Amino acid sequence: MSETGRIAVRKTYKLYVGGKFPRSESGRSYLVTGADGTVLANASRSSRKDVRDAVVAARAAQKGWATATAYLRGQILYRAAEMMEGRRAQFAEELRAAEGGSRKQAEARVDATIDRWVWYAGWADKVPQVLGNGNPVAGPYFNLSSPEPTGVVGVIAPQHAPLLGLVSAIAPAIVTGNTVVVIASEKMPLPAVTLGEVLATSDFPGGVVNILTGHTGEMAPHLASHADVNGLDLTGVDDPELARTLEAAAADNLKRVLRPAAEDFLAEPTLKRLRTWTETKTVWHPAGV
Amino acid sequence: MTELSTLLAGLPGVDQVGAEQRAASLATRSIKTSAKAWAIDLSIRMVDLTTLEGADTPGKVRTLCAKAIRPEPSDPTCPSTAAICVYPSMVPVAAAALKGSGVHLASVATAFPSGQAPLQVKLDDTRAAVEAGADEIDMVISRGAFLAGDYQHVFDEIVAIKEACGKAHLKVILETGELGTYDNVRKASWLAMRAGADFIKTSTGKVAPAATLPVTMIMLEAVRDFRELTGRQVGVKPAGGIKTTKDAMKYLVVVNEVAGPDWLDPDWFRFGASSLLNDLLMQRQKLATGHYSGPDYVTVD
Repeated sequence: MSETGRIAVRKTYKLYVGGKFPRSESGRSYLVTGADGTVLANASRSSRKDVRDAVVAARAAQKGWATATAYLRGQILYRAAEMMEGRRAQFAEELRAAEGGSRKQAEARVDATIDRWVWYAGWADKVPQVLGNGNPVAGPYFNLSSPEPTGVVGVIAPQHAPLLGLVSAIAPAIVTGNTVVVIASEKMPLPAVTLGEVLATSDFPGGVVNILTGHTGEMAPHLASHADVNGLDLTGVDDPELARTLEAAAADNLKRVLRPAAEDFLAEPTLKRLRTWTETKTVWHPAGV
Repeated sequence: MTELSTLLAGLPGVDQVGAEQRAASLATRSIKTSAKAWAIDLSIRMVDLTTLEGADTPGKVRTLCAKAIRPEPSDPTCPSTAAICVYPSMVPVAAAALKGSGVHLASVATAFPSGQAPLQVKLDDTRAAVEAGADEIDMVISRGAFLAGDYQHVFDEIVAIKEACGKAHLKVILETGELGTYDNVRKASWLAMRAGADFIKTSTGKVAPAATLPVTMIMLEAVRDFRELTGRQVGVKPAGGIKTTKDAMKYLVVVNEVAGPDWLDPDWFRFGASSLLNDLLMQRQKLATGHYSGPDYVTVD
């Protein structure tokens, strides 16, 4: 009981899978501490079976999400920015507890995150225009190349940018029609869980974004070797030995792999991530009279 | 009272809560590693690979037959399924495709799925399927007559169909989703077995709920008790709604614990399913390769 006489209502940090908030099937949790060493919460410690379930949810959602119009996907991403704006204070508080620093710095990072959503939301219906092409061919044909989503993308989210880095990895993947299974920052997973709550109220169909918390080294190999995952983002793998193992596992079913050099997430992004999670489809069509 | 109604009236009622709890507790067993590999292969051998759609074409049936014979073309150690299950009009196509493979050919008959047709039509339906090459007949009981209490009518119908089957095995579909209570499931099971059923089957797959674990457990109790009483062994086939390997494992545990290991054989226990087979194959691949497989690595039916 707190000083005000109320019973403390503490938040349970759960997973976000298939539009729901389950605990880990393993029943495990792990202690999350803040920058100053204080205990913040117990987060779910996901197992390989949670990875499996998340991939099933992502696969089930992928077709519907990819066939939604680009305009609609953009609107939904923009909606996520709106919802985040409403929880600005909560995010800033969680970030400050996790990363330390001043309230102002934390707020600046939340603002940058919301701006990142908006930036990528705007790209939804422009990616095909920029990455697609009408190719010149020597015959009476239209030859058109257009970007299509890669499919289900496994994202190992940046370890040291628990919110801005997370959104910078998720948004470019989903805006083009991919669905994602995200392994959140191991030491700072709480903002990711709250982001799940934002996405759940942003018109995203369940399964488009699935967020797991736990030990990266335990889950990542199962995500990397899963034959129903089409792409793998290794941004959050700091250990080069683990990264090599994951790349090798990913090669088994020819996953597209992104293993970027250290990134400054505060800088304006390039098209690299958008481009990575699309495949180019080229069609020939007879030119009419 | 006739002998039949005395028998049915004498059956004890089912403790609904107890039955559901027992089924739920058996479903918590965990089957791993080599036992899992064994159970997956056994499950594949127990599948009646089914397509019962208005849109079935000869091409689709032929494809499915090929899949039943060799579910995993890249792996010769993968067993065939027990049977193919189709509508009577598709029996000639399936018979040609399955010839010499050892895979059984089951045909639904008797105005499947409703069973609402005159007896003569049902008999003709059955004879036509058998003549075209079906060696197993899946008939539906007249639920209307059963629910109205006209057990003799249902009994006589099964006896007549059994005769029309000749050498073909007869599976009697109780359509438990329409029977309402577990007591009725038990009654219908005994009625069908007394009338000569070789198999009792839960559902058509066209009515929800289809097969459930408690219903299957009650039917397994019935076949166990029936063998004790008469010496004749009857098989059980849950059908509809069994989609994952995990589901199949739960059923196998119940078979073993309730009826006994004698029933852990494709001759005595079957799964009526279509999508289950792909999940079994994906789990099989997982055990072979060590990593999770996906729907890209099995055929689209």
